[in-house]
Amino acid sequence: MGRILIVAEHDGSTLNASTAKCITCAETIDNDGIDVVVFASDGAAVCEQTSALAGVSRVLRIDNAANEHALAAILAPQIAALAGDYSHVFGPSTTFGKDLMPRVAALLGVGQVSDIMEVLDTHRFRRPIYAGNAIATVDAPPDHILIATVRTASYSAAASGGSAEIETRHLDVELPDHTRFVKLDADETGRPDLQSAARVVSGGRALGSSANFELIFGLAEKLGAAVGASRAAVDAGYVPNDLQVGQTGKIIAPDLYFAIGISGAIQHLTGIKDAGTIVAINKDPEAPIFEVADYGLVGDLFQIVPELENALD
Amino acid sequence: MQKVMVCLKRVVDFNVRVRVRPDGSGDATDGVKMSINPFDEIGLEEALRIKERGDADEVVVVSIGPSDCQQQLRTGLAMGADRAILVETSETIDPLCSARVFHALIRREQPGLVLMGKQAIDDDNNQTGQMLAALWVRPQATFASELVLSDGTARVTREVDAGLETIDVELPAVVTTDLRLNEPRYVKLPEIMKAKRKPLETIGLGELGVEATAQHKFVNYEPPAPRAKGEQLADVAELIGKLKEKGLL
Repeated sequence: MGRILIVAEHDGSTLNASTAKCITCAETIDNDGIDVVVFASDGAAVCEQTSALAGVSRVLRIDNAANEHALAAILAPQIAALAGDYSHVFGPSTTFGKDLMPRVAALLGVGQVSDIMEVLDTHRFRRPIYAGNAIATVDAPPDHILIATVRTASYSAAASGGSAEIETRHLDVELPDHTRFVKLDADETGRPDLQSAARVVSGGRALGSSANFELIFGLAEKLGAAVGASRAAVDAGYVPNDLQVGQTGKIIAPDLYFAIGISGAIQHLTGIKDAGTIVAINKDPEAPIFEVADYGLVGDLFQIVPELENALD
Repeated sequence: MQKVMVCLKRVVDFNVRVRVRPDGSGDATDGVKMSINPFDEIGLEEALRIKERGDADEVVVVSIGPSDCQQQLRTGLAMGADRAILVETSETIDPLCSARVFHALIRREQPGLVLMGKQAIDDDNNQTGQMLAALWVRPQATFASELVLSDGTARVTREVDAGLETIDVELPAVVTTDLRLNEPRYVKLPEIMKAKRKPLETIGLGELGVEATAQHKFVNYEPPAPRAKGEQLADVAELIGKLKEKGLL
């Protein structure tokens, strides 16, 4: 057995829910302790939040002005320097973890397991390939450190109620200056975050235009839901790519999911298969989305969606 | 800059629905249509635009795999690449090994920029670009939706979960592409003919001094667990009733 290290994802002030999901995954592996490392310019608040999660043994606080923004080239050598104490190092399979963890693995000269959806043994995992058309079982060599990303949609968040010790560390690692953060244009719509929302309303190509997509935004607002889209709707330019739900976009697991005017291409279905309840609205009764939907309504979305909105008043 | 190197992976075409063999030994991909990984194709398109703007002199496409990969390299040449290199092997290659091979090619070719897709649509690993940047000890800019070159620097807009992040990376660097970076061009017939005369060099994996490794073994494949089929409802009122019953509204 060994200790497991999880790299915390945060925005400088708030811990991302993806971290608590990595903890849940790590708890399914025999271990001597689960540590979470927080890289920040001032990690006080994020470390407090991390320490309060059940299952965390220790929080490592690594403050450095260079850690203000999560740049893989800056963080990876620091993680590699810590890795010697651990049997496993995990990051979430979000854009943060996907960017960072392979760079860590390569610095350590080992492979990476991407998108763990189930732990079968300390070095045996299940993960989706081919856009979720197949689930592969992967064996990693037990004599190497295991670097992996955790498919967040496959795990619930660790509960609160912990009080792990926070340990401040200073790392003597040379950091590059060839990569510089310029800015983040955050989605400032006030809507819930697509990745973590309990309710999501997604629209597809059948919306027909960017203007018609307002229908989806309207319904989402009524439901307090995040807005998503199929790849077809994104490719058609109705909405930006960061709303894309699916294997090449965001993989989500809301309690309630509305697929409106989405036919249900496999790559979209992969992104929603862990959703609690799926509602599909589509004019084609043969659409594949109905194969996975808990509730289906066949008909014209331009009629049904306004009707639904009125009924929610 | 002199040279842009673009990594192309031969994958099952994105229109093919891959199925698992009943005995769990792998995916039934024999005889299906193969293509350039779509994200890599976006990388090549970006490289060609960089060259057409006059910011690069040469675009080199590279691939790793069996001799069949020549087809995808020829397609890359037909799109407009100047030269192709195939590192030929019949071994299973993992992302770390791919990164080592590309790193060896970088030492030979000295490109000012390396482009590839953010992930391949077969194994969905999303690792090779980041690993290459680590081995090369150079910057990485993953999930690019915009790439602007100026004066030894690339300003890259990245599609991240929180929105759009912009970073500056000093060149040379590795940039991995997301869907919205560009729309790749269609190949026209005369270009396919012309591509046949463009140089395509084949190198054995051993000649580069890289050993074929796959640290991780895929021991079983199975189809995903199906979701139970639900019910068709008559109207909105019934839907609202069902959702209230489940405590979802």
